[in-house]
Amino acid sequence: MPPPDLLSSQGLRLDGRRPNELRRIRCKLGVFTQPDGSAYLEQGNTKVLAAVYGPHQAAKSKSSVEGVVVNCQYSMATFSTGERKNRPRGDRKSQEMSLHLRQALTAAIKTELYPRSQIDIYIEVLQADGGAYCASVNAATLALVDAGVPLRAYACACSASMAWRGAQPEPLLDVGHVEEAAGGVVLTVASLPSTGSIALLELSHRLHSDYFEMVLSRAMQGCKDIEIVLDKAVREHLAEGWTKQDVVTI
Amino acid sequence: MWTTKTFLTKTKRGNVLKIVREHYLRDDLLCGSAACNFCPHKDDELVLEANPESLCGLFDSNHYLILDTNVVLHQIDVIEEDALKNVIILQTVLEEVKHQNTAIFQRLLEVIGNKKRKFFSFVNEHHKDTYVERNPGEKQNDRNDRAIRKAASWYASHLSIKNIDGQFPQIVLLTDDEKNRQLAHDEGILTCTVSDYIKNVNGYPGLSDKLSKNVIPESCSKDALYPAHLTPTQIHAGIRNGKLHQGTFHASRDNYLEGNATISGCEKSILLQGHIGINRAIDGDIVAIEILPQEEWSKPSDIVLEDKTEDPGDFLEEESQLLTISKADDDITPTGKVVGIIRRKWRQYCGILLPSKFPGATRHLFTPAEKRIPRVRIETRQSDILASQRILVALDSWPRNSRYPLGHFVRSLGPIGDKDAENEVILLEHDVPHARFSEAVLACLPPDNWTIPEEELARRVDLRATCVCSVDPPGCTDIDDALHARRAAAGYEVGVHIADVTHFVRPHSALDREAAARATTVYLVDKRIDMVPELLSSNLCSLRGGEERLAFSCIWILDENAHVLSTKFHKSVIKSRAAMTYEEAQMAIDETSRNDEIATSLRLLNKLAKKLKQRRLDNGALLLASPEIRFQVDSETHEPLDVQAKRIVDTNSMVEEFMLLANVSVAERIAADYPQSALLRRHPAPPPAHFNAFLKAASRQGFELDVSTNKSFSKSLNEAVIPERPFFNTLLRIMATRCMQQAVYFSSGSKTQEEFYHYGLACPIYTHFTSPIRRYADVVVHRLLAGSVGADATHAALLDTRAAQALCDNLNYRHRHAQLAARASVALNTHILFKNREEVESAVVLAVKRNALQVLIPKYGLEGPLYLPSDKFTYNEEENVQICNDIVFKTFDELTVRLTLDSSNLQHRKLVFQLVTPFIPGVSYVQQTKDDQMEVENVEIKTDEKKRKDLPETKNKKKKKSKT
Repeated sequence: MPPPDLLSSQGLRLDGRRPNELRRIRCKLGVFTQPDGSAYLEQGNTKVLAAVYGPHQAAKSKSSVEGVVVNCQYSMATFSTGERKNRPRGDRKSQEMSLHLRQALTAAIKTELYPRSQIDIYIEVLQADGGAYCASVNAATLALVDAGVPLRAYACACSASMAWRGAQPEPLLDVGHVEEAAGGVVLTVASLPSTGSIALLELSHRLHSDYFEMVLSRAMQGCKDIEIVLDKAVREHLAEGWTKQDVVTI
Repeated sequence: MWTTKTFLTKTKRGNVLKIVREHYLRDDLLCGSAACNFCPHKDDELVLEANPESLCGLFDSNHYLILDTNVVLHQIDVIEEDALKNVIILQTVLEEVKHQNTAIFQRLLEVIGNKKRKFFSFVNEHHKDTYVERNPGEKQNDRNDRAIRKAASWYASHLSIKNIDGQFPQIVLLTDDEKNRQLAHDEGILTCTVSDYIKNVNGYPGLSDKLSKNVIPESCSKDALYPAHLTPTQIHAGIRNGKLHQGTFHASRDNYLEGNATISGCEKSILLQGHIGINRAIDGDIVAIEILPQEEWSKPSDIVLEDKTEDPGDFLEEESQLLTISKADDDITPTGKVVGIIRRKWRQYCGILLPSKFPGATRHLFTPAEKRIPRVRIETRQSDILASQRILVALDSWPRNSRYPLGHFVRSLGPIGDKDAENEVILLEHDVPHARFSEAVLACLPPDNWTIPEEELARRVDLRATCVCSVDPPGCTDIDDALHARRAAAGYEVGVHIADVTHFVRPHSALDREAAARATTVYLVDKRIDMVPELLSSNLCSLRGGEERLAFSCIWILDENAHVLSTKFHKSVIKSRAAMTYEEAQMAIDETSRNDEIATSLRLLNKLAKKLKQRRLDNGALLLASPEIRFQVDSETHEPLDVQAKRIVDTNSMVEEFMLLANVSVAERIAADYPQSALLRRHPAPPPAHFNAFLKAASRQGFELDVSTNKSFSKSLNEAVIPERPFFNTLLRIMATRCMQQAVYFSSGSKTQEEFYHYGLACPIYTHFTSPIRRYADVVVHRLLAGSVGADATHAALLDTRAAQALCDNLNYRHRHAQLAARASVALNTHILFKNREEVESAVVLAVKRNALQVLIPKYGLEGPLYLPSDKFTYNEEENVQICNDIVFKTFDELTVRLTLDSSNLQHRKLVFQLVTPFIPGVSYVQQTKDDQMEVENVEIKTDEKKRKDLPETKNKKKKKSKT
């Protein structure tokens, strides 16, 4: 049977959420003026900044006639984890994260509109409390929206894990650091919820195929919930943002 | 829908790490009370009654109870009684209990789960109105107390919403902490101590007997008898700087003032002597030990010492008289004293009450059945009734000023001497789960008239036309194996068919969980405690003659010399032609005139089995022996009538050989397919030191045994034969068996390939596959194999190494206890058998001790000490012999002894062995002279696990009748 109890007998998780609840998401678009688009996003205690430059002319070596080249850089602030990190970027984990981000975001961007160009996306994790990848994708989506890059749909990422309530398997949505560290399996999904397609799927441990469907559908549901939150944030930003910009231009 | 505020809790750990955690506070948590007009309850979420009846004389109005953590921890026995209802268990309390004692936590969960008890668990830590934050400088305990009070006052005000005054239940907080009571009183919460409350409960006599007499042990320094224990921090510091050691305390069976402690990383165990040395440690406790300076070391005393029968009151005797310490000897061992208790390993103990001499007294002594446990002082008003009963008692505490630990009465098991009560004691003392199967488990069973469905027939190999038969001991109802053999194109086709239990016991069902917890069927002499309900064990899974049954088959093609050419496994349907006993099968083989299919098949099996056995022995398998006895039981009263050693015929080993072959074949298959999680069985080679005494004794008889490998050991055992003493070789093998280690289950991921070796069977890999009706290990192996051959789906828990190892630990634990329980049951029945008779029998000396001979009576397989008075005999340690004038007793000597039962002590009845021949004046038993100064001791009888099938036939018949 699985290790420690992630669900209490009353059906609450360690931090007081129910199994199908996300952590609190707070976000803000347009936090910087230098980049073409930027966003700040908090998912519980995980806090991420995203900045987008471009589309601009691609470097010769990278240029592609097919579509725009998406260039991602993921880095974690040295103060983001409990124990101080040595280098913020360039290590294996960060490189892998960059590739994964690129995969998810390329799927969302209408790349064919900008041949021979390049979009740079910079992600900075300020505080990591589990699910840094998910928060990065969500923040990057907002930054892309802020930059005015045409998207097929919102790209949302969410994680899910497995716990037991008595003998009943119960998938957990949006896994925090404590639940991650408990050793359970973590399924990370990046998807375009409005089209229902999956851009990236990653599984941290082995999971018996009996439970896979259940965990995946919970993670997909989480993506849809996140899309609603992001959409609301974008609409609010536009409502107030236009007026602000008017003031600036006049 | 969710989350309102985020709170950050910070904790520090080890090298100062700041941990920040989210803590969501909710507004959708329900109060669970039917009197509430506010929360949007659904009907099934209402736990607490609107008008709870007040049982307690102290409170007239209706009320709910809130308990604090210490009340739950100490008074769980009271809580488990049906008296208290409408209780709110706060999450703060639940978490603290879980943290401090998982066993009590489980019991509490069980109570909460019981709908009739109306216990509601309220998640106060995540409720937006009841969460309290820890103030700077506030202790965790104080914060928790404050949280409990906050929840209590919240409940009071919450229930008053839209309710008329006096119409809604009050809240009563039960706590034994005086400061907490005072604070609660100031805040306007009704409070009470537990003992005040329980003592005023009407309508439940005897409830107050169950109150725990918990005293904070170290606080009462007045008239202290024992030195104080160190605090946990002192112990921790002591262990760190090497002054103290952590060990497990084992009390001595024979001497209540002596024990030893095993310390990890230390070869010799540490001796602990005297009241002060032991300092209130109880068998099994994890203790902190200080080792005394070398000049104070002593050696284990070899005298037998029992606690006095009378209650001496609260003082300790002079120990110098009780412990005769001679320091001259060479073999002094490291000696220490207990300075603190790290963890108590207390459980509930069976035993009898020793009523106080003063009539009307409420304080009595309780004597546990287990000799290693000291007596317990309990308080009860029902001593007149309880004195003649076996009772169960829980320990509470052992204050410094009390000679005995304090405990409380839990429940009565039945009158002393009553067969059921005695069996209950055996089961409880060996931790055998034996409650009736719950409704949830029975709901998993197929209907009584279940037949094999068509689609199941289509999916399986149909072997109904094959001549399959089973061979078992007489009276066996759980037949889990059947065999067949016939000529095939190349060599012989042999099949072993095992009952397909996993078809009925599906993973994760209530039935599966219950079977996993029980792990094995336990066989007492007159009773069987089934692992799966009887419908399965004796009917649907049992491969009865003439009935179609589901089976898991293992089919080999063997050549002329019984070498395996090919193996295949599949699920099948079989129809056994005959369910035979060993004797019947032997007769069918021997009767040359019989030439039917069954007989030829049996002869073929027998021929192949002999070749298999020979090859196994050549490889170094050990033929070990243990004295086996079986009881003939009276059909009406279930009293044992006679006892005799078991007969072994050829067919026993025939069946055994093929079961071994099947187990090995399956083990190879699953180990290859599941390198991380296959359930296997290993038997480690015994360390050479175990053999020392045995080799010495054998060499005195003129045999030099070679124990370097199992092969050479087996060879030298075979050669050690004295023609005029046919029993001698068996005796050697019995003693060799005692030198062995236990075989254990393990998960293939937890050991290296070399460690898989089975020493006794001399095979590199082994598992249990052939008895799924009575062993859970076999059920798991069936599932693994089914997954491997594609007959069934695997599931997650099956493939997890950690889960597999946890399962193995439980299986090993249960198997060991099942064996011990079976032995205890044999001892009990032996006592009943010898109640009114005496026997004179020939016996053999197994070992020579300082004051006794360990003797074995081959006819009955009984074993016990024959005490020798020290004034007549001298013990020669070097030669390991006892000498009296010209008579010398050494190991393997034969003598005649008289057997009687000593019933003077009801708790521990013992068989008494007295010497008859050779005749020694003043020692040997002479007819018509009472020899009353003999010291006696309990008897241990070893029997084999196969004894399971010796159930009284009549009993099974009866069960069948009652079913129809």
